Amino acid sequence: MMTGEPVISVRDLTTRFGATVVHDGLNLDVFRGEVLGVVGGSGTGKSVLLRSIVGLKRPSAGQITVLGTDVLTADPARLHAVQNRWGVMFQDGALFSSLTVRENVAAPMRERLGIDAQTRTALADLRIAMVGLPATAGGLYPSELSGGMRKRAGLARALALDPEIVFLDEPTAGLDPIGASEFDALIIALQRALGLTVFLVTHDLDTLHATCDRIAVLAGGKVLVAGTMAEMLHVEDPWVHAYFNGPRAHAAQTAAGAI
Amino acid sequence: MATEATDHAPRAIALAGPITLASLPDTRTRLDAAPRGAVLDLSAVTALDTAGAWLVARHRENARDNGQTATVTGASAAQTLLLETVEAAMPPAQGRPSPRRLHHSATDLLAELGTAVSSLAGGFANAFGFLGLVVMRLAWTVLRPSRFRVTALVHHMHQAGLNAVPIVALMGFLIGIVLAFQGASQLRQFGAEVFVVDLIAISILRELGILLTAIIVAGRSASAFTASIGAMKMREEIDAMRVLGLDPIELLVLPRVLALVILLPVLGFIANMAGLIGGGLMAWTQLGISPGMFRTQLLSNTDVSHLLIGLSRAPVFAVIIGLVGCHQGMQVEGNSESLGYQTSRSVVVAIFLVIVVDALFSIFFATWGI
Repeated sequence: MMTGEPVISVRDLTTRFGATVVHDGLNLDVFRGEVLGVVGGSGTGKSVLLRSIVGLKRPSAGQITVLGTDVLTADPARLHAVQNRWGVMFQDGALFSSLTVRENVAAPMRERLGIDAQTRTALADLRIAMVGLPATAGGLYPSELSGGMRKRAGLARALALDPEIVFLDEPTAGLDPIGASEFDALIIALQRALGLTVFLVTHDLDTLHATCDRIAVLAGGKVLVAGTMAEMLHVEDPWVHAYFNGPRAHAAQTAAGAI
Repeated sequence: MATEATDHAPRAIALAGPITLASLPDTRTRLDAAPRGAVLDLSAVTALDTAGAWLVARHRENARDNGQTATVTGASAAQTLLLETVEAAMPPAQGRPSPRRLHHSATDLLAELGTAVSSLAGGFANAFGFLGLVVMRLAWTVLRPSRFRVTALVHHMHQAGLNAVPIVALMGFLIGIVLAFQGASQLRQFGAEVFVVDLIAISILRELGILLTAIIVAGRSASAFTASIGAMKMREEIDAMRVLGLDPIELLVLPRVLALVILLPVLGFIANMAGLIGGGLMAWTQLGISPGMFRTQLLSNTDVSHLLIGLSRAPVFAVIIGLVGCHQGMQVEGNSESLGYQTSRSVVVAIFLVIVVDALFSIFFATWGI
């Protein structure tokens, strides 16, 4: 699964909001082809880490290398080239509300590459079908979709440029258990079929069990521990222990075992 | 990227290099030129993405429609998996949307006219319903004054009233200057320069001061009301209020409308005074009418009724601006485009109604000889 080549490498990342230190010398590697789950208590900077890597938040100090490009110092052209190779799915899809789902999915292709409208539409429809949305969803506006459908549409847009890395922010938050496990299965299927590297921020233990190859726990501004689920179960830290051995965790483990 | 028919099997196409989104137009041209049932050899393909897989799947679909089978050979395990995923997801060709119609027939135009008229009538009915609702809530609040939110009222008086003072005063001052300048150049022909004072005083106090103030406030506050209430509507805050048993009209609309009703006359008065000062300054520097002369002429010839007639419209204008702003905000739907549309509409409707009502007032006062 792991080839040992880090596609994302974060070194000594420090992020401050005023006097609050969110990241304090954080180091993290994400390897090609793996699904990395990032967990941590509220306010430990999981989403901030994701936003820093994709360039939405400028850290106070540190180095972030994605696909061999230092995204903090790269010139706009190089940064643009890297941006074409990742896709981001925001928590509630963050779809453009004035565009239909089909136009949303086609938008990155329209902005970045010279492809004719007919092909764009066909490729957008293919993505919409691949994320498991019905063909009729393409003509709907985001406000007409359910929460689960919005997330799927957000994923379809993130996949529009066939990225190598996909960032998912709380992909299953707010979904019913059936919808959430379907989404987990979807992530796995797409990850295998497209050979994606997935950077996943989540609180959902079922998702962690079902999808992640490796888990990174954020605490105290650093990556407290990173490893497989089996390794997590034997970490001594009280928070990690409580997280992976609590009653919900046992239920998730049983569920994952049953599959 | 290169596509060549191999010699030994003329119906086989060997694809090579990256078959991706970037090379899509190239690859498609070659695949379209290939015979329908040609075998696709992917063994030299270095990279295959969804777009590339879509092309391959489309080629196979075309072949199938033709009653032929296009086999794919030499695909790696990962490529086979991708091809299978894409083929399973291929949307049916007939499901694709038809392009938008650009031409309108006469019946279409007639139908559009009908829709416009009916939505206009519906809009009027809706707006009057809203007016009724606000009046009802106002009556409730008058009966139970303790329910009224004084903090919100003061906040909106600050935002919509106090913060508008500089722009309103500047506008009045400049209008006074313009009137004095234009009036003087005409009146000088008759040697009646001194009557420029009457011209400035009556036109500003009676008509222009309050009208222009209302237009500025409509631009400033109607849009602000629509945007803030609309944003709340988008984030479901209005719905949250309703389920908590809070009344959005009472909490959001009444304080805004009342703040304008209280402060628009004050703003109008400020604009009037600034207009007199501007006009007086211009009369002094350009026509040699000293401030003392200006004051004497003003007091002897201009009755205070002009000021009162002007300001009597202010509360009506305030109600129009406040109601239109809040009503348009309540019309916002779940997307950002509708927020922008309603905000611009709110300004246009508010200014339009202010001017219409001002004309009605003028006709009324003229008819009654006031």
